[in-house]
Amino acid sequence: MLSFIGLGLFDGEDISLKGLKKIQAADHVFLEGYTSRLMGIKICEMENLYGKTVTVLGREDVEQHPDTILEYARDSNVAFLTGGDPMVSTTHADLRIRAAERSIPTEIVHGSSISSAVCGLSGLQNYRFGKSCSVPFPSKGWFPTAPLETILTNQSLNLHTLVYLDIQQERYMTVPQAIELIEEMAEKEHKDAPRIFVGIARAGSDTPHVAAGDAETLKEHDFGDPLHVLVIPAHLHPIEEEYLTTFAGL
Amino acid sequence: MVERVTTLMSQPEHIRNIGIVAHIDHGKTTLSDNLLAGAGMISEEIAGKACWMDSDEEEQARGITIDASNVSMVHTYGGKEYLINMIDTPGHVDFGGDVTRAMRAVDGAVVVVDAVEGTMPQTETVLRQALKEGVRPVLFINKVDRLINELKVDDQELMIRLGKVIDKVNKLIKGMNEDAYKSGWKLDAAAGTVAFGSALYNWAVSIPYMKTSGVSFKEVNEKCQAGQMKELAKSSPLTDVLLDMVVRHLPNPLEAQKRRIPIIWQHGDPTTAEGKSMLTCDPNGPACMMVTDISFDPHAGEVATGRLFSGTIRRGSELYVMGTAKKANRLSQVGIFMGAERIEVESLNAGNIAAVTGLKDAIVGSTVTSLQEMQTFESLKHYSEPVMTVAVEARNMKDLPKLVEVLRQVGKEDPTVAVTINEETGENLISGMGELHLEIITHRIGRDKGVEIKTSPPIVVYRETITTTAGPVEGKSPNRHNRFYIELEPLPPEVVKMIKDGEISMDLPEIERREKLIAAGFEKDEAKNLTAIQTTNMFFDMTKGIQYLNETMELVLDGWREALAGGPLADEQVQNTKIRLIDVKLHEDAIHRGPAQVIPAVRSAVKAGLLLAGDSLLEPMQNIQITVPQDHMGAATSQIQGRRGQVYDMQSEGDTITVIGKAPVAELFGFAGDVRSATEGRAMWSTEFAGFETVPQGLLKEIVQAIRKRKGLKEQIPVPADYLA
Ligand SMILES: Nc1nc2c(ncn2[C@@H]2O[C@H](COP(=O)(O)OP(=O)(O)OP(=O)(O)O)[C@@H](O)[C@H]2O)c(=O)[nH]1
Ligand SMILES: [Mg+2]
Repeated sequence: MLSFIGLGLFDGEDISLKGLKKIQAADHVFLEGYTSRLMGIKICEMENLYGKTVTVLGREDVEQHPDTILEYARDSNVAFLTGGDPMVSTTHADLRIRAAERSIPTEIVHGSSISSAVCGLSGLQNYRFGKSCSVPFPSKGWFPTAPLETILTNQSLNLHTLVYLDIQQERYMTVPQAIELIEEMAEKEHKDAPRIFVGIARAGSDTPHVAAGDAETLKEHDFGDPLHVLVIPAHLHPIEEEYLTTFAGL
Repeated sequence: MVERVTTLMSQPEHIRNIGIVAHIDHGKTTLSDNLLAGAGMISEEIAGKACWMDSDEEEQARGITIDASNVSMVHTYGGKEYLINMIDTPGHVDFGGDVTRAMRAVDGAVVVVDAVEGTMPQTETVLRQALKEGVRPVLFINKVDRLINELKVDDQELMIRLGKVIDKVNKLIKGMNEDAYKSGWKLDAAAGTVAFGSALYNWAVSIPYMKTSGVSFKEVNEKCQAGQMKELAKSSPLTDVLLDMVVRHLPNPLEAQKRRIPIIWQHGDPTTAEGKSMLTCDPNGPACMMVTDISFDPHAGEVATGRLFSGTIRRGSELYVMGTAKKANRLSQVGIFMGAERIEVESLNAGNIAAVTGLKDAIVGSTVTSLQEMQTFESLKHYSEPVMTVAVEARNMKDLPKLVEVLRQVGKEDPTVAVTINEETGENLISGMGELHLEIITHRIGRDKGVEIKTSPPIVVYRETITTTAGPVEGKSPNRHNRFYIELEPLPPEVVKMIKDGEISMDLPEIERREKLIAAGFEKDEAKNLTAIQTTNMFFDMTKGIQYLNETMELVLDGWREALAGGPLADEQVQNTKIRLIDVKLHEDAIHRGPAQVIPAVRSAVKAGLLLAGDSLLEPMQNIQITVPQDHMGAATSQIQGRRGQVYDMQSEGDTITVIGKAPVAELFGFAGDVRSATEGRAMWSTEFAGFETVPQGLLKEIVQAIRKRKGLKEQIPVPADYLA
């Protein structure tokens, strides 16, 4: 059995009780450590919490050599842990398909996800979000402007855009960096950059931080420790506006 | 003297830019030295020992020229003074790149041929290089003293032998460029485009000069035999005869540029300001220069030498180097050569060979101009390719960063070198034209650049290519969400040749490129979709309207280039392939289709595709020509045949026979010594790059495995499935 278990947003206590029990009952515990990260707990603390050894997997281990995990799952119970909710904004669907191809039973234990947390923290209505996208750190010969396209398309339909920010090893993209990059995309494409942004830091922690405003204000704003996400709101509904004024300094 | 030179510098009618070219050892440097001395630029005593021009200790120790050197001198002809800018080039095949570069800078060439040896393979090569650049040749038949004193030929035999050399060179010119031959470039002793003499003993004759000096062939023969060549040097001095010929028959920059600009600036528009100015060698137009040499001077730093085709440059001029970020490079010094010294001048105008400092972005071959933008000159085409590699490492770990910098510099100074720097593994490779080339380069890194290095023995450079078609091959990204579908086929040899000759390149304006491709047999939609050329490989994007592909294309090409840099068989450079991208599936989100996903996906598709398309190994070949007395013929042929070579022609002339053949470079280590001992030192021989050929099937496995072992690759040769998991 291969159980995909979502750990929720921030620390060891965000997991569901069901998820915790499954881990405690598992024979092997793997943690996927590259698409998302729990900032509020260390691996050793997790091991204490679960009473299990936790093996951290890199991208290669999951994408190139999934057979190791699948071999274990054939004859025993494997808990495959991910931050947030297992199938949101990650590419684990592929692993589940591979397991099914080998007739290995699978299950998903959901966790709280950033995609719903932003609604709560920003007051932007869940119904009004369009396609989401990510802003990657650019590299040599690669500066995608597709994120801007997504944002502008959503805006033309009067929809909000949730923007995930890149995570690379020890490098976490911040809200100000992301705004900077979006502005660069706009310049490159000769388009207008969005005007209002909502930046969110450390969702799920005891010190979440939300700030809304124009690019100039937010680029100067200190959001503190990672992880950060960004929302580009569409035209605001009066309640949304009131919420942002009250909780995010709009 | 400085004043005379600087005055002449601004009078293009009074300038001749010439190169001295020949087969190895035919006497170029001896000639150049003695011309300099004869023109009063260096003392007569040191001239003729070939030590002024060949100033490098390595050149003196080996008795050959390694670097082309620039000199200038003043010569009086018909009562007027002329500035002769001259480049002495090396004759050894390993340094052929210097000849190519020199031919861009000059307008005329003195082709030197040893009267005893006659025309040799390199004579043909240098002539071809000259004609290709629109450089007009005259002929100097050298070492006539040997013909007389060693071979003891009589008057009649002398005339016959000299005539034969002229005929042979004429035949070459005619074969290479019939139009030029017919329009007056045919060499003609009576007209004065041929001179005969002895560079070493400082005399020469030409038919026009005989008329004024009264010195006849008969007298030449007698004086030589009588050991009175000093007298000949007085009555018919080398410098006068040679430089008269140069001034009289080789073009000045005004005439030359009118003819040469359409050749060396083929893609430029002659109606633009720079076009008009270069065609007329106008000092008032925009500055346009092509860099043909970069050397390092301990005092001045990097010195760039090149031909100024238009405009005027001076200290402080701001120039732009095409093909780099458009940052102005400020000239800190502007100079020319006076004798063999570089001297600074106030300003320098069109038609001269300039030596400047401050062009920090330039490399050999750069187009440099005062304009922000200009069509570049035709790139320099080298006749041979790197066939041997050595691995170099710093003796002291702490020198590693410096070594990397030095290697980059080496690549900048010598465009025939290929430097591969791997900062991760620390394995740095230098590939060059041959054993000697690499020996000199690595030696100089230690001597001149102050980095002590260890070098591996030279290794032969192999290539990989496909023999059939394959595809569609599917490459998956590690997360399996991105898929690339490609088809492969071998590139036809005619197209490969067109790429090598620069006839097809990404630099061409799009419409022109499309027309060229269609003419070369490509389908219309392919011609439209050529996306990139890497060495002699082409990439076509045949997909239509795939979202996000545009912003991903550079990564796709990176993956393709990585695969080409080292093929699946032996991690050697891939050549002559055509790859078509026919379909692509991309993940919706940018992060999931980034470099870490796309590059490996494409790389593995290409590598698997190469295997599926019959990837095979190619090895470099060398043409070999050995001339021996008849009774050593067997020894000569077995020297070729014994090295997996083949002999395809034998030509006998008198009591000598010339064996012509071809053999793989891999078998030629130690050739020089073996030929010498097999023929009791009676052989004259030369080798020349002859392209890459398929490794015989029977040896393939053994060679591939040896390469893989050396490179620390898995012994097992990969199969397509290894890349397609
Ligand atoms: N007898 C005789 N020997 C000559 C003459 N010219 C040159 N040599 C000799 O030929 C040898 C080669 O002369 P170089 O001037 O170095 O020849 P090169 O063409 O510059 O040689 P590379 O630059 O190495 O190609 C030297 O030993 C010269 O002394 C000549 O006119 N007569
Ligand atoms: Mg020489």
